[in-house]
Parts: sequence; structure tokens; C-alpha cells
Amino acid sequence: MPNTDKFHISLTDLSSNFHEVEPALTNREAVEEANRCLYCYDAPCITACPTGIDIPKFIKKIASGNMKGSATTIMDSNPVGASCARVCPTDELCEGACVLNHSTKPIMIGNLQRHATDWAIQNDQILFQKGESNGKTVAVIGGGPAGLSAARELARLGYDVTIYEASEKAGGLNTYGIVSFRLPQKISYWEIDQVKSLDVKIKTNTAVGKDISAEEILSNYDRVVMAVGMSSVPNLGIEGEELEGVYDAIEFVKDTKTKPLTDQFVGKKVVVIGAGNTAIDGATCSVRLGAENVKILYRRTQEEMTAYDFEYEFAKQDGVEFRWLTQPVKIHGDAGGNVRAIECLRMELGQPGADGRRRPKPIEGSNFMIPVDAVIKAIGQTRHLSLIEQFELEHADGVVQVSETYRTSNPKVFACGDLVFGKGKGEAMVVTAAQQGKNAAYAIHEQFTQESLTV
Amino acid sequence: MADLRTSLAGIESPNPFWLASAPPTNSGYQVQRAFEAGWGGAVWKTLGEPILNVTSRFAAVSFNGQRVAGFNNIELITDRPLEVNLKEIYETKKRFPNHAVVASLMVEPKQEKWHEIVKKVEEVGVDGLELNFGCPHGMAERGMGSASGQVPELVEKQTYWAKEAAQTPVIVKLTPNITDITSTAEAAVRGGADAVSMINTINSLAGVDLDSWNTIPHVGGKGAHGGYCGPAVKPIALNMVGECARHPRINVPISGMGGVSNWQNAVEFMLMGASNVQVCTAAMHHGFRIVEDMIDGMNNYLDEKGIASVRDLVGQSVPKYSDWGNLDLNYKIVARINNDVCINCNKCHIACEDTSHQCIDMLQDGHGNAYLEVREEDCVGCNLCSIVCPVDGAIDMVEIESEHPPMTWNERQAILSGVQDGKANTVK
Repeated sequence: MPNTDKFHISLTDLSSNFHEVEPALTNREAVEEANRCLYCYDAPCITACPTGIDIPKFIKKIASGNMKGSATTIMDSNPVGASCARVCPTDELCEGACVLNHSTKPIMIGNLQRHATDWAIQNDQILFQKGESNGKTVAVIGGGPAGLSAARELARLGYDVTIYEASEKAGGLNTYGIVSFRLPQKISYWEIDQVKSLDVKIKTNTAVGKDISAEEILSNYDRVVMAVGMSSVPNLGIEGEELEGVYDAIEFVKDTKTKPLTDQFVGKKVVVIGAGNTAIDGATCSVRLGAENVKILYRRTQEEMTAYDFEYEFAKQDGVEFRWLTQPVKIHGDAGGNVRAIECLRMELGQPGADGRRRPKPIEGSNFMIPVDAVIKAIGQTRHLSLIEQFELEHADGVVQVSETYRTSNPKVFACGDLVFGKGKGEAMVVTAAQQGKNAAYAIHEQFTQESLTV
Repeated sequence: MADLRTSLAGIESPNPFWLASAPPTNSGYQVQRAFEAGWGGAVWKTLGEPILNVTSRFAAVSFNGQRVAGFNNIELITDRPLEVNLKEIYETKKRFPNHAVVASLMVEPKQEKWHEIVKKVEEVGVDGLELNFGCPHGMAERGMGSASGQVPELVEKQTYWAKEAAQTPVIVKLTPNITDITSTAEAAVRGGADAVSMINTINSLAGVDLDSWNTIPHVGGKGAHGGYCGPAVKPIALNMVGECARHPRINVPISGMGGVSNWQNAVEFMLMGASNVQVCTAAMHHGFRIVEDMIDGMNNYLDEKGIASVRDLVGQSVPKYSDWGNLDLNYKIVARINNDVCINCNKCHIACEDTSHQCIDMLQDGHGNAYLEVREEDCVGCNLCSIVCPVDGAIDMVEIESEHPPMTWNERQAILSGVQDGKANTVK
């Protein structure tokens, strides 16, 4: 029996499979939950939030019916607070720190945050105003969470900000990378509109380094914030990678958010290579596109997997199968150049590597075949090396090196988000990128403030 | 199984839980349903000259999402013809001979009116009468209800008139909308009341709508004050019961009401001197079935305490209720925080720091773990921290042995005046 029956996946109306899975709280649920919040003094949830949202404050505002105040409290600290309400690993952050973990059960902070920001979205609220112009200009390269955050804060501080965005829309990961059933695009669009409302110019379809040079940016703006994130999924480096039916997970997910949903996966067998959150996204999107069987292949074990626990559970609920200690070695195609099978090796774990994770090594002669119709690659992302080099920024293997204030080797250039996120640290969070964007903005402002004091 | 039977001035009831005179006791149908559910007695919705009611009658106060923390009504006494009520009282009493059926009465303050209605209701077999001198809205504007209940002379006189005609016990129901309820309770006793009941509802306006600016409730855009009851009024009612119970000249039984929502509240009222309790709001919120747990909970409580009869509770806490001047100035308690139970919400700290005596410190141990500690020498034992603490057992109020023997303010003043008079006595 195909797993699609079990999990209420519609094979006839695929778009219904991509509706947000987590239901919104009703007003009544939200008020009851908000009233359950203890309104701690010096609350640990605030400290646990990378953007430092005053959580008890926004929750009490829900309880008092001050929805605008609640949404403003959230968005003030986190310019992508509506997205984060949906995608943050709250168990590990605010909800994990809630003192009620020690007595009853933690407050549903993420869902309350969503409730408040949904109200602002549904009521077309503009929550912030730009600051009085100080005559300084800043170019922000990349309109994802880090870039939007930096731009928002700079605009509020009076800077004239231009965002350069290579894609058709800003929002980055929130717009293109996070599956619709977790984060609908309209949420990201609203956050972009909030930034635009501060007169931030967003030049979309404009790739710096191609459509406009690094020199031009550097000479036209007083400061530059680099927030370009990461690039495409790297090649597996195995035979058959060029076959029809091999996909980059990032592009695969993006297509489900930007194009009419394809029915070409209905009843098909899909494997996803990798076990990070993007791999989970690729797998659960495949299930929702009607695939009959979806397997995640990972050369290590569950122990080393970088996907969040709740994402792993979610994938299992979707019927995704996990094949640990499995290394693809060749993709086999048919005469027409279409994927037909993937050849794998069984692995075993050896000594820990530099990142502390035990290194997998192949078991000789353990080759086996898995018949598949599609292969989705999700083994991390490459870096925008060429762009980094055009700006002549110091970097370590594509990771731009920054000071504590997110200043790069060029004092005029600041960098934040995935661009500065070191390897081997699991997956970067949207909320961390948002905070880095804020901090980069404050560092720029501090620099100018110091300058004006010394002049 | 404890004995739950009670007697209020001779009115017998299988248990201490009566429905108060109010919407739940409007008809024979309702009262009989209530008796089937287990209620021991019912005070019939006030009889008198039939009135006209308005629509939009009730409103409630929610607190932090909790519905019906307080309840407000502008409904008047019965709007059904007296004959209909009398017929249904007769039928109800016939079906439930062992349950208490009491008629609530309200008429103009005239002797003949009282005689007339008392005779009529006693003819159909009621077990007692309750004179409604408490209803604060509508009827008061016509000189009845709390309008007469606020004037001790009128209470006394009307009680007397009712007693002139009555064969059954007369309960006088008192209004709390008065400075000192013992003055009207005493007037009722002087008039010959067999019992007093309290409290009726408190003058109230439930709220104002933030958009329309209408009162809540409103009748076509206009509002009038109502009567407030429900859980929020319990402390007010309990005090009034206690004040009457400890008053030497109010030597009649008390029927207690005002926010009684469960068996625990009933125990409190009875310990503070009530012979039984009357309930309305809790039934209006949840239906008659709530009496099941009232009976069951009371039974289990009495069994657990080894008390044979619910009547043994009555008045046990009254000797413990006194004037401030009789409290021991040398009794001392302090707050102590149990750090293994504490969840570090810091609510005690901020409450103490901002609004009490600044004696709870937020500290860190050698491992950087946060903990709270009371500076006992600065603690005044106010209880605030333990009140705001959300975790049971995290804060104890602990008695500290005093260096001084007990001394009340009154004793202290007596000694001081003795010293001033040059006749100092040594401290007892």
C-alpha cells in the first residue's frame, strides 16, 4: 500500500498537500495560552532568543488584547519575527528555557508569536517608521533574513539603504528555501514589505558581481553589508550525476514555492542524499508531490544527523524511510538518460574527524542497488566564493572572516548570516541570521557615531 | 458517610446546599430538577406583585480568560403570577416532602401586604420564608428590596409584620450595600427573625464596551446598576457572615451565600458560622449537576477529618475571628524559598522589590546557577511572595520564635495608659 493513503496526501490536489501543517491558534486558544504565561521577571526565554524578543511582554499584550503592541514587540527585536514564529527550533530556544518546563508544560511561545504577527499581517499593519535621514548610504547585498534585518535597522537609524537581491523576490531562505507547509511565502512577503515601508530600496534580479560590480558598490556607498548566504548544493562527485531526474534540493524546494506543482513524482520512488534540514525538506516535499516511496540516504547515523529532532519526527510521520550508513557511489540511468537506480555502499563509523563526528568508512564489496526515479542532493551548500573574492574579503574556505562586530577585513564592509557561518556547526538558524543583521547595522552606526565624535 | 443533614432555625434539609432565590429557582420545573440533582433545598425566586423585566439582563466579569469570575444581573423578582408560583410550590413540596422549600418574599413595606402574602405561601406548604431586603436594583427604586434593607427600622418593622402572620421560620435576607451589616442583622433579630441570610448582591456595573461605549449589559443603549455575585464576592460575603456570627446580639442561625462555588467554599462559610449555604452563580455557570461534587467533596472531607455531622463544622472558626486590636504584635513569620522546588520565574523577587519590602535577592551560586533567597531579617512576613509564586511548595511562610511574649495592640495600649497613669503593671 503506498504511503500516500496513510498520511492523507492527496494525489489529485497536490497543492492541498502544501498548506501550512501547523494550525493557527484560535483567538480563544491564544488568550488562554497567553494567560498561562507567568510573566517571569528577567525571563530566561528572552535570553534564549537569539534576537532577545521580550517574550513575556508580547505574550501579556496578547492577553490584554493589545495585538498591535504585541506584534510590534516581536518585530522590533526580530525583523523576520513572523517567519521565525514558524521555523525556529523553539524546543531548543525560548520554549526550552521556559520555567514551566520545571512545573507543568512550557508556553507555546512560537504559536503565540505567530498569532500576534498573523494579526499584524491580516490587518495590514505598518509597525515601524524610518529614522531621520543622516545622509549616509549603505548597500546590503542579499535580501534574506540577515540582509533584511540589517536594512531594517539601518533605515530606522536614518540610513539610505539599498538591497541588492539576485532573485526575483527578496526574503532569501524564507521566500524560497523553507517549505510552504512550514512557511507560506506570503509571510516572507509581508516582512519584506515592512522593510520596504521604511523606504529601503530593493533591487531584485540584480546579482552583484554580474549585473553590478563589486567596485561600483564599494565606491557608490558609504558602507556595505554582505549577506549573500550560501549557494547551490555541491556535486556528489559520482557517476550519473548529470542524468535526468537528479535534483539540487534547494532548487527542488524552490520550485514547489515558485512554480505550478508538478505531478511528475506521483507514484515515483525518490531518494534524498543527506540528513540535514534541507534533506528533510526535499523528502517531505517529495511525499507531498505524491511520491510512493521516499528514502533518505545518509552515510553516517542518526547520531550525526544535523536535522532538528522535530524535523526528523515530522519526516517519519510523513512515511520517509531513513537508510543510515549508506553511501551512494553511482547513479544508473536508462537509455533515455533518465535515472533508474542508485548504487550504494554500506558504511561503518571509524574514528572522530576534525569536527568531532565519527568518520564513516566504506565496507568493501557491500555494493547494492536501490531502484529510483529521482535523486535529490542535499549534502550542504557551496559558498559564493567568486563574490567574496571580488570584494577581496578574507575568508576561510568561503567563510568570510569577521570581527565581533561583523566587520570584515575591509573596514567598510560588514558581513552576516550564513556567509559567516562556520562549517561543522550544524545548520544555521534564521533567527541567528536576523540577530547578526541587527548587530552589523548597529556596528555600522557605532562606527559613524565614533567618527562624528572624533571629527 | 458523614451526616449531611442540616437544620436552619428548624427548617430541615438533607444537606446544607440550597439554591438561592434567583433565576435557577424560577419555576417548579427547575426546582424539581434541582432536587433530582441532589440539592437539599431551594429558596423560590422572590414572590410579590408580578413585575416586568427587560431583556439583556446578565453580564459577567472574566479574569485572565477565566469566565464568570464575577456575575452581574438586572433581573427583577418573579415575573409570573403569584397563583402559578403557589401551585408549583405545592406540587414541588408534594413530590419532595423532605427537601426544604422556602419562599422568598418582597412586598411594599405595609403590614397588611406582609400578612396577606405570608398567609398565601404558607397555605401551600412552604417550610419557611425568606424576606428579600436585599435586592439592590429595580425594586429598590420602588421602596422595596435593599431600599428597605438599608434602613434598620424598616428591617425590624417588616420582619415583625411577617412574624405576626408566620407559622413557619422567617429568614431575613440582608443586603451588603450598607456600611455595617451587623446593624441590619441586629434589627432583624429585634424584629423576631428566626434566621438571617447573607449576602444579597452588591451594587455593580459589570463593564463598559470599549467600542460602543455602552454599559455592560445595556438595554437599547442604556444601562442601570445591577447586583454583583459569583466567586469574586466570596471574601466580602465571608466577612459579613463572620461579623454577624461573632456579634453577641445576633444570636440566630445564619444562611451563608455569596460566591459559594464548591464544597470547600461551603466548609469555609460553615466554619465561619453559617448553618448552611445558598448557591446561585455556580449553578448558573455549570448547571444543577455541580451539587454532586459539593455533596461528595463535603462527605469525603468530613470523613477524612473524622467529623460525624456537617453541623459540627458550624461556627468552629468564629472564635478565631476578632478585631485587629486583638492580634499578637509579637507573632512573626518570614518567607523561606525552597530552591529545589523553585522554578526561578523571579515573580517573588519583583513583587517584593517593587511593592513590598525589598528582601528577596536574585543570586548566583558558584556554578552560575540562579537562585533566590530571602533576607529574613528584612522580611515582614507579608505573604506577597507566596501569593504570587506559581509553584506549590516553593515558598513557605515559616513561624519564627519571638523573643517577646504575645502582646496585642489593645494590651499594649492598656499597659501604656497604665504607665501614663503612673500605675505601671509588669508585662504579663
